Amino acid sequence: MSMEEKQNSQTFLDFNQSTFKPETIEEVSAIIKECYKKNIPLEISGLKSKNNIGRNFQAEKTLDLSNYSEVIEYKPEELYIKVKAGTSLKVIKSELDKNNQELAFEPVDFGPLFSGKNNEGTIGGVISCNFSGPRRFKAGSARDHVLGFQGVNGKGEIIKSGGTVVKNVTGYDLSKIVAGSYGTLVVLTEISIKVLPKSPSNKTIVIENPHLSKALEYLNLALSSSSDPSGGVFYPEYYRNHFTFNDLTTEGPITAIRIEGSSNSIDYRIKELCKELEIQKNEIIILEPEQSNIFWEKTRSLQVFSNLKNNLLRIVVPSSETFEIINKLKVYKINYFVDWGGSLIWVQLDDISAKILKNIREIIDRSSGYVTVIKIEENLKASIDVFTIDPVKYKITEKIKKSFDPKRILNPGKMYSGI
Amino acid sequence: MTNLQMPKVEQSIISNKDKIVSDISKIVKEENILSHNDEIKPYETDALAAYKQPPLIVVLPETVEEVSAVLKYCNENKIKIVPRGAGTGLSGGSLPLADCVLLAMGKFNKILELDFKNRCVVAQPCVTNLAITQAVQDKNFYYAPDPSSQIACSIGGNVAENSGGVHSLKYGATTNNLLGIEVVLMDGTITRFGGKAMDSEGYDFLGLMTGSEGLLGIITEVTVKILRSPEVVKTALIGFSTIEDAGNCVAQIIAQGCIPAGMEIMDKALTKATNDYSKAGYPTDAEAMMIIEFDGTELEVVSYINQAKKIAEENNSSSLKISKTKEERLKFWAGRKAAFPACGVLAPDYMCMDGSIPRGKLAEVLREITRLSKKYDLPVANAFHAGDGNLHPLIMFDANDPVSLRKTEKFGAEILKYCVKVGGALTGEHGVGIEKRELMCEAFNNTDIQQQLTIKLALDPNSLLNPGKVYPILRKCAEEGRVHVHGGKTKFPDIPRF
Repeated sequence: MSMEEKQNSQTFLDFNQSTFKPETIEEVSAIIKECYKKNIPLEISGLKSKNNIGRNFQAEKTLDLSNYSEVIEYKPEELYIKVKAGTSLKVIKSELDKNNQELAFEPVDFGPLFSGKNNEGTIGGVISCNFSGPRRFKAGSARDHVLGFQGVNGKGEIIKSGGTVVKNVTGYDLSKIVAGSYGTLVVLTEISIKVLPKSPSNKTIVIENPHLSKALEYLNLALSSSSDPSGGVFYPEYYRNHFTFNDLTTEGPITAIRIEGSSNSIDYRIKELCKELEIQKNEIIILEPEQSNIFWEKTRSLQVFSNLKNNLLRIVVPSSETFEIINKLKVYKINYFVDWGGSLIWVQLDDISAKILKNIREIIDRSSGYVTVIKIEENLKASIDVFTIDPVKYKITEKIKKSFDPKRILNPGKMYSGI
Repeated sequence: MTNLQMPKVEQSIISNKDKIVSDISKIVKEENILSHNDEIKPYETDALAAYKQPPLIVVLPETVEEVSAVLKYCNENKIKIVPRGAGTGLSGGSLPLADCVLLAMGKFNKILELDFKNRCVVAQPCVTNLAITQAVQDKNFYYAPDPSSQIACSIGGNVAENSGGVHSLKYGATTNNLLGIEVVLMDGTITRFGGKAMDSEGYDFLGLMTGSEGLLGIITEVTVKILRSPEVVKTALIGFSTIEDAGNCVAQIIAQGCIPAGMEIMDKALTKATNDYSKAGYPTDAEAMMIIEFDGTELEVVSYINQAKKIAEENNSSSLKISKTKEERLKFWAGRKAAFPACGVLAPDYMCMDGSIPRGKLAEVLREITRLSKKYDLPVANAFHAGDGNLHPLIMFDANDPVSLRKTEKFGAEILKYCVKVGGALTGEHGVGIEKRELMCEAFNNTDIQQQLTIKLALDPNSLLNPGKVYPILRKCAEEGRVHVHGGKTKFPDIPRF
């Protein structure tokens, strides 16, 4: 009996249940094959850390991968870890910690935002949503770290792409298209992901400066300098109370730049950076490694939005546009902070309507950026677009969706209506 | 072209040549259509020079609108398109077909914008890789991916092949340094994927297009990120008395958490040949030589070099030389980058392979290559981007001897199959093209390949864009991987490659 025949002949599926919790790839494949045959839409889920992001959609059944969890292979000397897609970030991180390694793109923790407590979710979810933390501009995004995957497409077929080696140009790079597709193309089952040694140390300089324009100038200069920073944020004064550190004796807004490396090199680079930014020693405060770590951990996990009741938008633009955009958005009574050295703006709004969102989209679109709705009042969610897309790309998206999931059974409508 | 099945030639297209020329001359300037045999001859091959086939005609568009109109016309009239950039590809990705329009992008050769504020450069696709760095270096910036052919290869071709280079160990390949592209699909649709903002929303078409070898669209504009040049760069040459020691040293350097900017290895044969060719100052008595480069601050670089030196000594290194000046450092690299022309001295012809393996398997794979070299009675010289496990064994043979050629093809296929067997890949940076097409089934099963073909058909339902490349034509994979003839006498032997 061939492998495929074996899979088809398996009768373990009780199709009356509304949630499937598969433990083998054969089960995942069999479930999807059955749904494909019967036209049953499936919601793909893991630890539900990000399932509020995306459009609401109707799915008859849930495919819950939180039991599909295991570290399959971790080769620190080869700089990769291969895991089942339902493996939690917590498990992966504690494994990597043993060898002083990490996922360099700093996965964003949406737990505090949605539930008030940390929940980094599963690696499958992290890759499917492709959100990356403060180190993004230096280390690349989540998708840049995927070396290969195995998954099941909308017909129930097991497919793979890439592998475990860093250099591989054999065939189309499907890891890229799958990353950020919100489970609408394949159900990820195995992911090989690049890991890197943790930096021996890090420090953060906080510059005393009240102005956004000056802050953006500092961040831009820092990112263009040879000091090689790995984080650059600006928090306005109203978020100041979230950062009560002993060393942080400044008042007002926070302009912070992280430098990582060996300790003597960090000190040298901070000195050089101050020269380039033309700032004096008394205009900065240095967060030593321990406090620096806490600062960036708070940034990565969006602590300032912990238990947020309001609406949250994530705006990415070329950094040269950021100042003007924030000024234009101020009419909407926003609170915001800037990450990625000026390219990422998190915007919190008390009041939002479909019209306001449309206006904001137009502003951002003119600046060649994009807006993702991360959190919005439930009554509005059905009537607005969570993601931005133009008609030409919608048509291409439709074609690609069909090539993976011809009957639209995987997270249908999660990203766009009709996809 | 022997023994390699290509898509069926449509005689009706060939007999319709005059009408096609006349129709396309309504889209592009008449002088931008080449149809005479003498004019199209230079386009009959790329850097996989053993395969030759003149196209039906060559079209050199000047604007994206022209590209779009030509594609739309060809799509409606079922005419195949083969795209071509600088023609430096090593896997035959730009090999024409007898009934194709060869779309040569050579006139898209301008840098459009240097944007230091957003740290990026916008360029047309036929700007050379090196020209981008040259355009920004006076402001202390550079473009990181540096394929050895960077003086000649085009940035659009880099995107199509997802090219790497000696520095991709630390800075990634093209896909990790690309922000956006403008692209024309086979039906003439013009669109943009990505831009100056990071991580565009929706499906990552930018990532899908990168490395798709001209099968999904024609790239008409490229936006790449540029980096600030590091303060200090130092390069060391380390000799080893066995190639296994060198291989183990690579694995240990990476395992101990120090990531160099580049880490290359050459075996004795190639070290000597390249040193003779470019007087690079290599330790020619060593069985293997490592070139290792670190960048960053002075303190960091010195500490990393010391760390590497210690690991090398533990692995019985026989010599160490550290660059003292920029000139000396560039001289160290000049030898490595001249591996191709230098090899011409060793044999009439050679075939360059491009397997990728886990770093820890380096010594094992090298032993296997040595064993196969004896089995086939063909000498082999080895150059590796060792830091990221990308091997470039050069098999030496005489193309005039059919037995030698056949043996070489089998030898090459066995090396690549072994790479896949130890957990690696068929190609690290040169692409599949026609060269490794028949070996795709070593890496993928039929379902994997069908999924990729479905994507192709979604964007190009008539399979007109660069057909016959990357994916085997037969449904069932060939029993024996056929491959790879590599004429030693390439047209421009002085251009550094791989």
